[in-house]
Amino acid sequence: MSARSRELMGLIPVSLLVSAGFAAVLTTRSEEVSDATLTYGLVFLGLCLAGHFFIRARLPDADPYLYPLAALLSAFGLVMIYRINAEFAREQAQWFVVGLVVFCGTIVLLRDHHALERYRYTIAAAGIALLVMPRLPGIGAPVNGAFLGVKLGPISFQPAEFAKIAIIVFLASYLRDTGDVLVQSRSTPMSAGRQALLFAIPAVLVVLVVLVLGLGTAGTVLLAVFTASLVAVLRERPSLKHFGPLLLVWGLAMLMLLFIRDLGSSLMFFGGFLALLYVATGRLSLVGVGATMFLGGATFFANSVNHVQERVDIWLDPFAPDVVQKEGYQIAQSLYAQADGGLFGQGFGQALLQIPGGGPLLPAAHTDLIYAVITDELGLFGAAGLILVYLMFAARGFKTALVAGDGFSKLLAAGLTSVLALQVFVIVGGVTKTIPLTGVTLPFVSYGGSSIVANMMLLALLLIVSDHARKDRRSVQGGLV
Amino acid sequence: MNRQIVQLFGLSMILFATLIAFTSRWTVFEADALKDPNDRRGQANKRELIAEQQIPRGLIKSADGTVLARSEPRGRDEDRVFRRTYPTGDLFSQAVGYSFVEQGKTGLEAFRNDELTGAENEFGTIFSELQSEGREGSDLITTLDAGAQRTAIEALDGQKGSVVAIEPQTGRVRVMATVPGFDPNGIVENQGQVDVLNRATQSQYPPGSTFKVVTAAAALDSGKFTPDSVVDGSSPRTISGAPLANSGGANFGAITLTEALTNSVNTVWAQVGEQIGPKTLLDYMNRFGFNADPQLDYPDGQMVASGVRNAKGDLVDDTGGFDIGRVAIGQGGAEGAILVSPLQMALVASAVGNGGELMRPRLTERVVGKDGRVDERLQPVEQSQVMKRETAEQLAGMMNNVVNEGTGTAAALDGIDVAGKTGTAEVDNATSNQAWFIGFAPVTNPKMAVAVTIERTQGQGGTEAAPIAKQVLQELLQ
Repeated sequence: MSARSRELMGLIPVSLLVSAGFAAVLTTRSEEVSDATLTYGLVFLGLCLAGHFFIRARLPDADPYLYPLAALLSAFGLVMIYRINAEFAREQAQWFVVGLVVFCGTIVLLRDHHALERYRYTIAAAGIALLVMPRLPGIGAPVNGAFLGVKLGPISFQPAEFAKIAIIVFLASYLRDTGDVLVQSRSTPMSAGRQALLFAIPAVLVVLVVLVLGLGTAGTVLLAVFTASLVAVLRERPSLKHFGPLLLVWGLAMLMLLFIRDLGSSLMFFGGFLALLYVATGRLSLVGVGATMFLGGATFFANSVNHVQERVDIWLDPFAPDVVQKEGYQIAQSLYAQADGGLFGQGFGQALLQIPGGGPLLPAAHTDLIYAVITDELGLFGAAGLILVYLMFAARGFKTALVAGDGFSKLLAAGLTSVLALQVFVIVGGVTKTIPLTGVTLPFVSYGGSSIVANMMLLALLLIVSDHARKDRRSVQGGLV
Repeated sequence: MNRQIVQLFGLSMILFATLIAFTSRWTVFEADALKDPNDRRGQANKRELIAEQQIPRGLIKSADGTVLARSEPRGRDEDRVFRRTYPTGDLFSQAVGYSFVEQGKTGLEAFRNDELTGAENEFGTIFSELQSEGREGSDLITTLDAGAQRTAIEALDGQKGSVVAIEPQTGRVRVMATVPGFDPNGIVENQGQVDVLNRATQSQYPPGSTFKVVTAAAALDSGKFTPDSVVDGSSPRTISGAPLANSGGANFGAITLTEALTNSVNTVWAQVGEQIGPKTLLDYMNRFGFNADPQLDYPDGQMVASGVRNAKGDLVDDTGGFDIGRVAIGQGGAEGAILVSPLQMALVASAVGNGGELMRPRLTERVVGKDGRVDERLQPVEQSQVMKRETAEQLAGMMNNVVNEGTGTAAALDGIDVAGKTGTAEVDNATSNQAWFIGFAPVTNPKMAVAVTIERTQGQGGTEAAPIAKQVLQELLQ
């Protein structure tokens, strides 16, 4: 069976989910299955098919599973949002159309993703500009203390969703060039005595610093890992001038913490950067230096920037009596909703979202907390199923990186996949109190135009990379599974 | 680069597995704590309360079909909630209790909450999901008799006190009346200003001479005495180093236990208590259900255990050194005094009436689902065999004498033999009395046992409590 036929088959579960999901929501509301709703389902499936035929025409060799998986997630999100608020679902469906147009537009305009390399500094500047936008007076405003949204007249969007793609494109291109140089040893290996000295002196220094500053366990571990990683990096005596841009990225992440005040999106960006750095160099020591610098910076800001500190405190104990009705309300309600779900959930349309005669019980149920609603209605099994779909998507994304022929393609596919997986981890981790809760969307599922459009663009880039890679492999090997 | 990419995928798997682990933490492992209002984590969780408001709770009915509690809808569609109303007002205030979001739940409303709200287990929800039906509570048919309950409350006539009536052969509680009552419909508005104490199950009264029935059961059943055993009933006599007098200082000389019960002779029963000893008395008390919450289908928080309590209010055992002679006649001292609830004393009468077999008391007759199917029908269950059948029959004869020719004649019924025992315990430094009557009828094959008590009255058990018992028995036996 050809790749495209497999893709078409992959859309069958999507159609089943759409029909079953809408039917379930409707019957629990004891209304008849109305024509309007059936139209919804049919139009959505029609759009999916249109996307499929477009891929068939333009990217015949692209990975056959990525698109159906994204469609499955979108369908799932649409049903959940419809269940929360029919009006939001209508808007989400419209955004899905826009997303599909952007998806096709990206594929038409960008025949070869290598063209992006030529504009890497422009793209990087655009990415940074997007990130700073929410802090500009007049168009940006904080939501829950974090600066993530931009309001331009009637249109409001989340620039970070697009910035993540721009930053990954830049980093993939930059690290393709400098990745090898970064770790190139410039001298012959040192003698055993000098090596021992190289590790012993910093070890003594670390002990002294720990004693003088009276650091706790976490601080000590952080410092020790940092020093060990730094020594390991320096041992290879790399050319220091190449580290400038890396320091710049770290500084940028720290600035994001300070300006955007959002730990989650900083974690997403910096995590994506570290993933690419590791793929490009294969040096865990570099990741060690970066990660400890990020954690150290984050800890510093956690103690000095009120908003970040507050978020961390809420995360550590949302049930404190003076917190649970105010700052801790959202995460506490999220956990209560999940507790109601149990193993199998309460069923589509059964979760309690509103206080009768009052406001919403679950704040931001359709965006931040959609995972909590899913867990409430479908239980642990449903939620785990959703996570598995994301894992399959990640698997196909990394597979694309594996089969890609050149460094830029590999880095681009791995970076885009990493940043998407990290986004899932940041929001689901926040909703389940694994990490502090921050306001990023659940890709393809959450309500939100920026999220849908940006992720469709990301999907388009992955498919372009995949189409090239598999086409090359097929021409070389004459076949590919 | 490929090695790193594969490792990156491995890391994704670990991260996603962590997410599933945390999700299972909240959905399964800590779910109960998150739903428990008494747990720190579940304190702010109002989901169950909100959800319950949206469920029509089942009806609560008396045995004769009178609706005691029903739910009425307020608001429309998504804003629709149900609110409880209690058509009989203060008649069953303590037994039925109330259920309001603002106020919480008490009584049967609390104990039978799961049935009344149609709560189901994890697997039950899958089925209701498939049927896609809204949750609806089952109806509760109680064992309570609305007519007799009204008679009891009217007979108490505003005096603080309680009446409990139980079927000795089945354990059905037919009357659980308390004065003062309260109107559950207004409980939210009158928050904190209402006396909600269920005197039938929560009060600790001195039982006075009604406790001699327990002493007599221990004395006869342990084989140390017979109804014809002769004991010196002169007054006063030294008991535990202090003189004890009979009521009115009456001197009886050497009399049988039957005569001593008929005339409620303190000195005789105090000596009997001293001879059987605290260990035997406590053993029989335990068989009657003392020293533990009654096994009634009613919230534990609204029941207290009857027994011998010291000055601090703690239950004591036979090592506590309490004054056995005075406890045996329903009194006591600082080391231990007998304190009882009316429900416990009704169970004492019930066990004697039922040939020594104590049936587990219950307020629920059956639970009926909305489809008319009976979900649960409660069968009579033996709680304990308190004494031998012969002992019970002897004791019943003695108690019959009390009503025929002794202190309890005011409880006598036309054409039906009544067995009983009066009690008058001095309270408030002997300025007023706790008046009691416990008994059952008919004497052979009894249909009803009863306990009546009145707080702080100037009258006696025989003059105040016995006539109320008569009215309630009449109503229930007609």
